[in-house]
Amino acid sequence: MRSTIKSESLPVRGSGEVVSVRHLVRRWAVELGFTIVEQTKIVTAASELARNMVDYGRGGTMTIEALEEGPRKGLRLIFEDQGPGIPDIEMALRDGFTSGSGMGLGLGGARRLSNEFEIRSAPGEGTRVAITRWKGAA
Amino acid sequence: MERIPILKMGRFLLVSIQVDMDDRTAMSLQDDLTARIVKDRAKGVLIDISSLDVVDSFIGRMLANTAAMAHILDAETIVVGMQPSVAITLVELGLSLKGVRSALNVERGMELLRTIVQDDPEPDALDDQE
Amino acid sequence: MADQSRTGEVLRRHEQEVVAAWVRMQEQNLSLRNNLLKAGELEEQCRSFLRLLLTMIEAGSAEDPVTSQSWTPMRELVSDISRSRARQGFTPTETAMFVFSLKQPVFDVLRRELSSEELADAVWRLTLALDALGLYTTETYQKGREEIINRQQQELLELSTPVVQLWRGVLALPLIGTLDSARTQVVMESLLQAIVDTGSAIAIIDITGVPVVDTLVAQHLLKTVAAARLMGADCIISGIRPQIAQTIVHLGVEINDVLTKATLADAFAIALSRVGLTVARKPAGAARPQTAAE
Repeated sequence: MRSTIKSESLPVRGSGEVVSVRHLVRRWAVELGFTIVEQTKIVTAASELARNMVDYGRGGTMTIEALEEGPRKGLRLIFEDQGPGIPDIEMALRDGFTSGSGMGLGLGGARRLSNEFEIRSAPGEGTRVAITRWKGAA
Repeated sequence: MERIPILKMGRFLLVSIQVDMDDRTAMSLQDDLTARIVKDRAKGVLIDISSLDVVDSFIGRMLANTAAMAHILDAETIVVGMQPSVAITLVELGLSLKGVRSALNVERGMELLRTIVQDDPEPDALDDQE
Repeated sequence: MADQSRTGEVLRRHEQEVVAAWVRMQEQNLSLRNNLLKAGELEEQCRSFLRLLLTMIEAGSAEDPVTSQSWTPMRELVSDISRSRARQGFTPTETAMFVFSLKQPVFDVLRRELSSEELADAVWRLTLALDALGLYTTETYQKGREEIINRQQQELLELSTPVVQLWRGVLALPLIGTLDSARTQVVMESLLQAIVDTGSAIAIIDITGVPVVDTLVAQHLLKTVAAARLMGADCIISGIRPQIAQTIVHLGVEINDVLTKATLADAFAIALSRVGLTVARKPAGAARPQTAAE
């Protein structure tokens, strides 16, 4: 049974706010007792997704939630925008250096750095990406 | 947006990134460095990232691009002081930072630069012709 | 919740009696562990619990004790008691009995003072609350035990991953035993941290003592090597036995640009030359052991 202990939302409009996202996520991760490596992974994933939101989603909102499921504690980040949406999610997830999709390592990278990853997006419907990292997980 | 200071040490340029950079700051740094390499006829660039506790794909690409541009301008780039957790995360991210050499710290980085650059003829030779 | 102020008032009046009876009941059941819990401590816990319970009853709360906000102070009390019982070695049942054994004393008192209609309702409400709280103790008891186990596991992991400094600037990580994902993570992190702490540019990862290398372990090793390289250090993997070499090739793992040596000794020789050292024999006649000359 998973429960949310507390949550906070932050608008992410410009690249300056990507830095704020990193600081906020870092604070929450430290509070939850994540190890340095765990902190770095989720902060980096957040940075990738926040930047995607700014560059391709025309800005959006990030919601951060502290989770508890039985004995384990985790952090969940939800990035939501009302932008153009992603036409081909499969392709976007593939690391696009050369494909020119522009998203580069962002989406796939964020997925690799997280324990759980969900994405919902379609042209004209905006994008919603949620990642979760559990304390003590690989 | 902050301007990150670039120091000149002989034929090398030294940059120490102490702040969490936003995208504009990172791009300015890239521009400033390339300009200074030409202006100072630098043969090497040392980028100290020991204070950075996050390097995402944007910053990583900035470092790789800077090294590539420097190389075209005949200067070698060394990144020093990467924190272990940053290294682990970059590997997980899949960023290889090709073309970027690395060293454990500034001291080692300078040593490395001196060995690489040793073989090149003195850039001052060009000045004599002006 | 129907008017429970009567219940609360009755129980408050008889607080002393209820607490005494409750403590007695528990002492009967915990007879073997009397020495673990001081009499005063148990009484104090019972009194705190009862008072909090009465506050919640009088507030007329119909909310679930386990999940609702208003019951938080009670949950915190139960959680503390539960964790301390777990640490002291009580069983989960003994811990849950702390809550359940309150039923009898409370029922005895209420039966004397409430009408049968009031009594049925009061007992039912109390039973619901106490059942929920009793079950909650088992949950937090579990968490308490798990915390201890996790801490011990962590300590074990740290003990079993020693990083050794072979020479100035040369580290060795002799891995022994099976590598699982968790252990390999810890190992990776300690090696990389040691590289920074000692300023070593070469690290030898020796897997002579690792019986099996599967894809996951191989990938972790390669990630470690890649991370070290990003930091400015080089890794040499040594102690690769023939079977492991076969496995690696069969698995198709990309190990081509990683320096590998059959033995730790070979790796050490390479490492020394990389840091600019050479081993020289002392002039003939010297009886003392060789040392590396700079």
